[in-house]
Amino acid sequence: MSNYIKLVVLGLVAIFAMVATNYARDLAYQVHAFIILLVSGGLFIWVLRNTDEDTVTVHPQNEYMDGVIRAGVIATAFWGAVGFLVGTFIAFQLAFPALNFDWAQGFANFGRLRPLHTSAVIFAFGGNALIATSFYVVQRTSAARLWGGNLAWFVFWGYQLVIVLAATGYLLGSTHAKEYAEPEWYVDWWLTIVWVAYLAVFVGTIVKRKEPHIYVANWFFLSFILTVAMLHLFNNIAIPVSIWGSKSVQVFSGVQDAMVQWWYGHNAVGFFLTAGFLGMMYYFIPKQAERPVFSYKLSIIHFWALIFIYIWAGPHHLHYTALPDWASTLGMVFSVVLWMPSWGGMINGLMTLSGAWDKLRTDPVIRMMVISVGFYGMSTFEGPMMSIRAVNSLSHYTDWTIGHVHSGALGWNGMITFGALYYLVPKLWNRERLYSLSLVSWHFWLATIGIVFYAASMWVTGIMEGLMWREVDANGFLVNSFADTVGAKFPMYVVRGLGGVLFLAGALIMCYNLWMTARRAPAVEADAAAAHATPAE
Amino acid sequence: MEQYSFLRELADSWALLGMFAFFMGIVIWALRPGSKAVHTDTANIPFRHDDKPAE
Repeated sequence: MSNYIKLVVLGLVAIFAMVATNYARDLAYQVHAFIILLVSGGLFIWVLRNTDEDTVTVHPQNEYMDGVIRAGVIATAFWGAVGFLVGTFIAFQLAFPALNFDWAQGFANFGRLRPLHTSAVIFAFGGNALIATSFYVVQRTSAARLWGGNLAWFVFWGYQLVIVLAATGYLLGSTHAKEYAEPEWYVDWWLTIVWVAYLAVFVGTIVKRKEPHIYVANWFFLSFILTVAMLHLFNNIAIPVSIWGSKSVQVFSGVQDAMVQWWYGHNAVGFFLTAGFLGMMYYFIPKQAERPVFSYKLSIIHFWALIFIYIWAGPHHLHYTALPDWASTLGMVFSVVLWMPSWGGMINGLMTLSGAWDKLRTDPVIRMMVISVGFYGMSTFEGPMMSIRAVNSLSHYTDWTIGHVHSGALGWNGMITFGALYYLVPKLWNRERLYSLSLVSWHFWLATIGIVFYAASMWVTGIMEGLMWREVDANGFLVNSFADTVGAKFPMYVVRGLGGVLFLAGALIMCYNLWMTARRAPAVEADAAAAHATPAE
Repeated sequence: MEQYSFLRELADSWALLGMFAFFMGIVIWALRPGSKAVHTDTANIPFRHDDKPAE
């Protein structure tokens, strides 16, 4: 019966997409309508082939649902490689403008590729990592199979569709022009549906848990899912100009729009890139170190302090703008206060290794997780400092900001995700161990040196640029033109690009290592697995 | 404007106090004596049920 409903819906969507392809007012919309036509048409045929057949999908409640997590792991590694590649390319575009090829103008110049890079790494790489790890963690810590049957697969594929629509939209010029919220209205609407399904699967699994308590990682994941839903809805209140076009108009305007945008933007960092990834930290570090988290009490305080304070920090993006001073001061004060819970969490993560520090020498995966927490501590110190108005007057609009973002994103989010992937792949593909630990070491060092190149060059160029902009001569005239600062930045831009090459190389080594783990590493033998499940006497 | 001023004053007085009290309540609740056993048990959740759900 449900298949008939699906067929009706898919058929209607396909017909609508055909009409939309015909009436499209702009190229991006036309391409998107065609993609939706292909997806809904393909699904229609697939559902039709399975209708009135005897194939029943079973969801055995005594097994975990790992297929969707395997798919998520593959998607994470794939989108990571794509996002890092685009990032490295646009880094060189800034150093060598000739790479903005004439033949690709309007599609592959820096302005079009830059949102592709940011969204690919944050939402495609980070988002897939969060969905996959949250599904893994919530099952293991609730001792229950994912709720909702195939709904988890809908979340996975629906999210991939969001990524494809967003990415193609950027190249073809369909954008809200809101940082990290660039996709246009119909992509926003679709993401809302997918996200509600994600929330349902996650909460449904928690509700049917067999453990009396909800493990702290799930608190972090849940706050990430809920807050991102709220941020997404408020920041994307826009009215489409036409149902046949991708353009929409924001309802907020002026400084209100700026405030909502940075409330969104900073909490995307706070809840997507921090709370969600802290959920990973609170599960995978204890698992890899084989000991429980240092202080569970601290983790509870860490959670509540983080979510109570982060939500206010957004206005620090708008110092010296039309935003009232009291609001940007509020943002600044909360950003500085945020230092405490951030470092509480860092200490909790690091001290989990107390008594097992020797593992740092023998286990490159734990090394990766530890350096990730180290970068978390570093960037959560740097961030509050940069939010102070006086520091911000030097750092804002310079490359220092970009360096800060990357030490957080590559160092904290990237490294903890790599650590989680190295933990997950042998588990999910039922392998005894990783294919090669020395390749993990190679990845670790390439990535770490790459981040150091990146962050150090951006500190130098950012502070230099900030000082050059404000330099005045004895008569009060500005000394440097903007082009002077651009010229002075060239060597640092090359170093930054090289850092990107190293980081990308590390990620490609990881992809190879994970692939070979799934294909070649020795499988866990049945009796060994049984012995493993029995606690040592 | 009337409504704005009212909400604004509510936000930086009672709402602020309420949220702070809620937060302090959580801190005290987390640190309460006798909670150690529960917390130790909860902290060990990741080390159970690694391979299949509870019966």
